Amino acid sequence: MNNTLTQLFLQKKERILNVYCTAGFPALDSTVKIIEALQQAGADIIEIGMPYSDPLADGPVIQQSNLKALQNGMTISLLFEQLQQVKKKVTIPLILMGYYNPVMQYGLQKFCEDAAAAGTAGIILPDLPTYEYEKMYKSIFEKNGLSFIFLITPQTSEARIRQADKLSSGFLYAVSSSATTGGSASMNDKVGYFAKLQFMKLKNPLLIGFGINNADDFDTVCKYASGAVVGSAYIKAIAHVDDEVATTEKFVKNIKG
Amino acid sequence: MRKPLKKYKHHQFSSPDKYGYYGEFGGAFIPEMLHANVENLRKNYLKIAGTKKFKTAFNKLLKDFVGRPTPLFYAENLSREFGTNIYLKREDLCHTGAHKINNTVGQILIAEALGKKRIIAETGAGQHGVATATVCALKGLECIVYMGEKDIERQAPNVARMKMLGAKVVPARSGSKTLKDATNEAIRDWINNSEDTHYIIGSVVGPHPYPDMVARFQSVISKEIKKQLKKQTGSELPTHVIACVGGGSNAAGTFYHFAEDKNVQLIAVEAAGCGVDSGMSAATTQLGSVGVLHGSKSLLMQTADGQVTEPHSISAGLDYPGIGPMHANLYKTKRATFLNITDYEALDAAFHLSKTEGIIPALETAHAFAALHKLTFKKEDVVVINLSGRGDKDLSTYMKSAQFLNNE
Ligand SMILES: Cc1ncc(COP(=O)(O)O)c(C=O)c1O
Repeated sequence: MNNTLTQLFLQKKERILNVYCTAGFPALDSTVKIIEALQQAGADIIEIGMPYSDPLADGPVIQQSNLKALQNGMTISLLFEQLQQVKKKVTIPLILMGYYNPVMQYGLQKFCEDAAAAGTAGIILPDLPTYEYEKMYKSIFEKNGLSFIFLITPQTSEARIRQADKLSSGFLYAVSSSATTGGSASMNDKVGYFAKLQFMKLKNPLLIGFGINNADDFDTVCKYASGAVVGSAYIKAIAHVDDEVATTEKFVKNIKG
Repeated sequence: MRKPLKKYKHHQFSSPDKYGYYGEFGGAFIPEMLHANVENLRKNYLKIAGTKKFKTAFNKLLKDFVGRPTPLFYAENLSREFGTNIYLKREDLCHTGAHKINNTVGQILIAEALGKKRIIAETGAGQHGVATATVCALKGLECIVYMGEKDIERQAPNVARMKMLGAKVVPARSGSKTLKDATNEAIRDWINNSEDTHYIIGSVVGPHPYPDMVARFQSVISKEIKKQLKKQTGSELPTHVIACVGGGSNAAGTFYHFAEDKNVQLIAVEAAGCGVDSGMSAATTQLGSVGVLHGSKSLLMQTADGQVTEPHSISAGLDYPGIGPMHANLYKTKRATFLNITDYEALDAAFHLSKTEGIIPALETAHAFAALHKLTFKKEDVVVINLSGRGDKDLSTYMKSAQFLNNE
């Protein structure tokens, strides 16, 4: 696979910051501004959440942002239109994250074609199981030059980690604890798990996510992985501000130190 | 004389393949955070349920605690009215008042064998919540029940029962504040407490192996019907079996041992709410399309963008935007006939059954009875209706209904 995501990991090996935002949140037209602001502020990857009515793996913060975005009228088609607008200005990799059902209704083949055309480099669908992925979809993602990224948790067996690593491209997403998004568990308590992953010498670079709330968390996980994904903390930061751009600037600076 | 037996392929309709698929429906569409628990269950449920220890404990509890076998009652007055032979499978006489406890007894034994200490459940009408709280009390396990805020209001007696049994009832405040949202919250709880917790799903929904596991525990319903019919009529096969469908567990149990028999008509009854085309309905097969919800691919009420829509039914137990994958397959293959009944028709049927047979049914169950008006029967037909639960929990709704007032 050769896309902006795989390119990034060839060039940069550490302290990679992936920031999650929900498309259409806090306002319907926020996403374009936020993408530009995140890039400007120094985020390395932007993970754009496609809102869903029933986000099972998400805690209250991202649930609320999904709900708000849907009320605002966000859809996958509209998101692709918005991404077309900023495509020329964005040089950092964009990846899409969402639940399987809306993608299934859009049509997976068309979804991949349109996602690639809109300039995205990778897809995360946490409830699409490896069995279904391998059986039906792998070739479609590959044909469209899209990385597919699987999640692993502290409960994922070694054999399954190796399988997820084999099937993923771009990076492997290590969830810091078996929990929904937005937890407050201390990253220092998880370093045993992170060290174990580091020791496994996986094919893909690792990004650690779920519960990364501040610069300390970011520093801790960056000792063991190529970087981190920050989601709920960022959504919380932009939820109630007038100036998303200035807030984004400050937020990224704070995390990266 | 009955027609010779015509059988479908072995377990074609009642059981999934090894990946949990009934035809194109089923599977396990779950995030990795749930994988360890679901996989542990998948690997062990048949093994555990196959042990002598489990079978002995399960059968003993069904007999002495639940009160099985439940009677099969020949409903003389209804039979006369519809000019046929109508039998009622009296699941309303189960301990706690509905079929739901057949499943919770089975799953609590599974949870025990897996060494789990904490039990969670979702509930709509509160019958599954009560049945779960009951087996948790029996086994001394912690019990947390998620229930939509709207359902907490309309099924207050069951909320009180759960609390008295020692369960904690947690309101689900998202979405339509009903069964779907309670299920979301239960799943999130399981993600956050994966080590010590077992999730007792209350219907034939959820990722594989839940639909199969729940259907097996409920299959005692049709197993008993066969035996009882044989004794009462000389033949173990009815011509029709009728059950209401929320997620589909009482229907799965009622259909299970008849599903491969071409001579038995399976009739599933969904909640039409204010009418299928009213925008206030829960008739999933009529309004839904193929989608993924709560871990399985099935039929689902949704927008063109794949957002799950909010259903409506007067009956909390049927107020769900999906159906289990087994039923989606029965619908798609036309093996079962799917009918739908409005809120009003269900209320009417509840009052009618109360007056004619002396049985106050649950609102969910009343939908199955209302379906009698949509079918035609021959004199010699043998029709079994699953009387899935009793109406105590619905008294406040019944009392608010115009028919109650008119009858005063
Ligand atoms: C009495 C009764 N019947 C039927 C149902 C619907 O569930 P299912 O379709 O799983 O049988 C419920 C659910 O709460 C119930 O309480």
